[in-house]
Amino acid sequence: MLYRENGQFKTTYRADQQIFPITQDRIAIGLILLMAFIGVPLMASDYLYASILIPLVIMSLAAIGVNILVGYCGQISLGSGAFMAVGAYGAYNFFVRIPGLPLIPAVILGGLCAMAFGILFGLPSLRVKGLYLAVATLAAQFFSDWMFLRIKWLTNDSASGSVSVSQLQVFGLPIQSPVAKYLFCLALLVVMALLAKNLVRGAIGREWMAIRDMDVAAAVIGIRPMYAKLSAFAVSSFIIGMAGALWAFVHLGSWEPAAFSVEISFRLLFMVIIGGLGSIMGGFFGAAFIVVLPIALNRFLPAFMGIFGIEISTAGVSHAELMIFGGLIVWFLIVEPHGLARLWSMGKQKLRLWPFPH
Amino acid sequence: MAFFLETLIGGLMAGMLYSLVALGFVLIYKASGVFNFAQGAMVLFAALAMARFSEWIPKWTGLDNLIVANLIAFAIAGVLMFVVAWLIERLVLRHLVNQEGATLLMATLGIAYFLEGLGQTLFGSDIYKIDIGMPKDPIFMLESVFPGGILVNKEDVIAAGIAAALVILLSVFFQKTTTGRALRAVADDHQAAQSIGIPLNRIWVIVWCVAGIVALVAGMIWGSKLGVQFSLTTIALRALPVVILGGLTSVPGAILGGLIIGVGEKLSEVYLGPYVGGGIEIWFAYVLALVFLLFRPQGLFGEKIIDRV
Repeated sequence: MLYRENGQFKTTYRADQQIFPITQDRIAIGLILLMAFIGVPLMASDYLYASILIPLVIMSLAAIGVNILVGYCGQISLGSGAFMAVGAYGAYNFFVRIPGLPLIPAVILGGLCAMAFGILFGLPSLRVKGLYLAVATLAAQFFSDWMFLRIKWLTNDSASGSVSVSQLQVFGLPIQSPVAKYLFCLALLVVMALLAKNLVRGAIGREWMAIRDMDVAAAVIGIRPMYAKLSAFAVSSFIIGMAGALWAFVHLGSWEPAAFSVEISFRLLFMVIIGGLGSIMGGFFGAAFIVVLPIALNRFLPAFMGIFGIEISTAGVSHAELMIFGGLIVWFLIVEPHGLARLWSMGKQKLRLWPFPH
Repeated sequence: MAFFLETLIGGLMAGMLYSLVALGFVLIYKASGVFNFAQGAMVLFAALAMARFSEWIPKWTGLDNLIVANLIAFAIAGVLMFVVAWLIERLVLRHLVNQEGATLLMATLGIAYFLEGLGQTLFGSDIYKIDIGMPKDPIFMLESVFPGGILVNKEDVIAAGIAAALVILLSVFFQKTTTGRALRAVADDHQAAQSIGIPLNRIWVIVWCVAGIVALVAGMIWGSKLGVQFSLTTIALRALPVVILGGLTSVPGAILGGLIIGVGEKLSEVYLGPYVGGGIEIWFAYVLALVFLLFRPQGLFGEKIIDRV
């Protein structure tokens, strides 16, 4: 009743090809952006920024990057943690060696470093497919773990690879307070998400999806697998590298190579699969699920167990968190293997018909 | 020369231990088409069960004999792995039939997290000892040829022997028994096997159970070497290059891949390590597997993926 595109006729191709062709969608997105940029800073506390909002924004960016590679191009990659690390340390190197470098060029340069690294470790995808590629990309992960620990030049000769940054500024404005950090990351996320969405709607995105669906047939009709796969690795690792630089600079402040271990790669893959493969929106949903879940479990589990009168130690809480996390992942995959994005689009379909059932 | 031989033999031994873990991966992939990322967690769970039961049984029953206590603990842990396999098949695999590879992979990752949490909740999270009477002292071979002889770890030799025995047992199981034939049929083609009446669900339970027993043996050996602790799950990450080098669907591939990776790791660490700062074992294994994959994209003995348009 409310969500119909009746009466919304498009008179130009440009209008027909917009990302949100339905007016209700445009209004909804406008409201969400207003909430995110203006509403949240008015209401959120410092703790909420540091623990949920900023990680959520940065991980959404990373999840979009991973989704481009895994969801749109079909190359399962377990090396996303390495790309984040290369982005973070690359940005750090430029930041430290060029005094007074603003934050945005540092982050972009970090992304470019990650892009080079991603293309290098994406070369095996030209020969290796499927699960073999997934395990081969772990080579990138472990190589980066070693690289930032042992090659002193990369970490500005720090003893254990741990580095830190301070005095971040954008166009002269300092990025110190949680609100400033949150708004900066959010602005970057909106810009990159728009770019990513337009990329996947365009010719290159269609090439990626063709390679994902049937790479032999795609090669037969003239799509060059090398360009398609390597460009997917390049774009994806650029975005993931930017997210890594943001994670290190804005969220962590000081970090060591273990901050980008294989755990992060698994978490990113969880986000993409639970959010929905092959969907930009899915990245947001997946990131929200994976970021909020551990915190919610940590907060509510002791209280929940208290209802049954079961005393639980902190070690017990962390083990129970692991169990519930794993169990929820499995349950979710059984219930909706196509992810939260699919649930969302099903919901929108139902909304179109509401109040009628079919 | 003696040092080179020592490193070589050490590498071969370590390789056998890696192939033990890799066997679990290959078995499950062959029969159910699932890449079981939970293998590491299964190794930890089985090792924890065995370690704790071998502690608790003398306390509960007053048995003093270490060997008998260990045997009973092994048996109980084996039964526990069977229960885990049955539960996984019932609650997870049955509902995820015909899903894409990535989804199944993530499901096994979820199972891995769950098993890690469950194992530590049930059995505790300290470092536990598994004492199966493995001799810790080394032996010196070929003392006549090389001065001082070549140092070989007795523990590693026995572990390699156990691994070899397990592989032979598994091969006999697969080739000579009806269940083994059914497993091979399911590995070849699920639908054809179903159409001739092989019950897929039961086969999956059997396969996961066998993989669980393999994980138990691997956990027992690694646990007696390193002690049973949470980092045992990372053994699976170190055995992954073995799986892809040998081919996801090949048991001899897992053995050969294990030997190659084991030797490669040790030799690279000893001879290349000092030039680049050391600690290159783990990524060198992956890069070695990657190089092999460039020449044989399905691993040494893996099934060729034939794409039809």
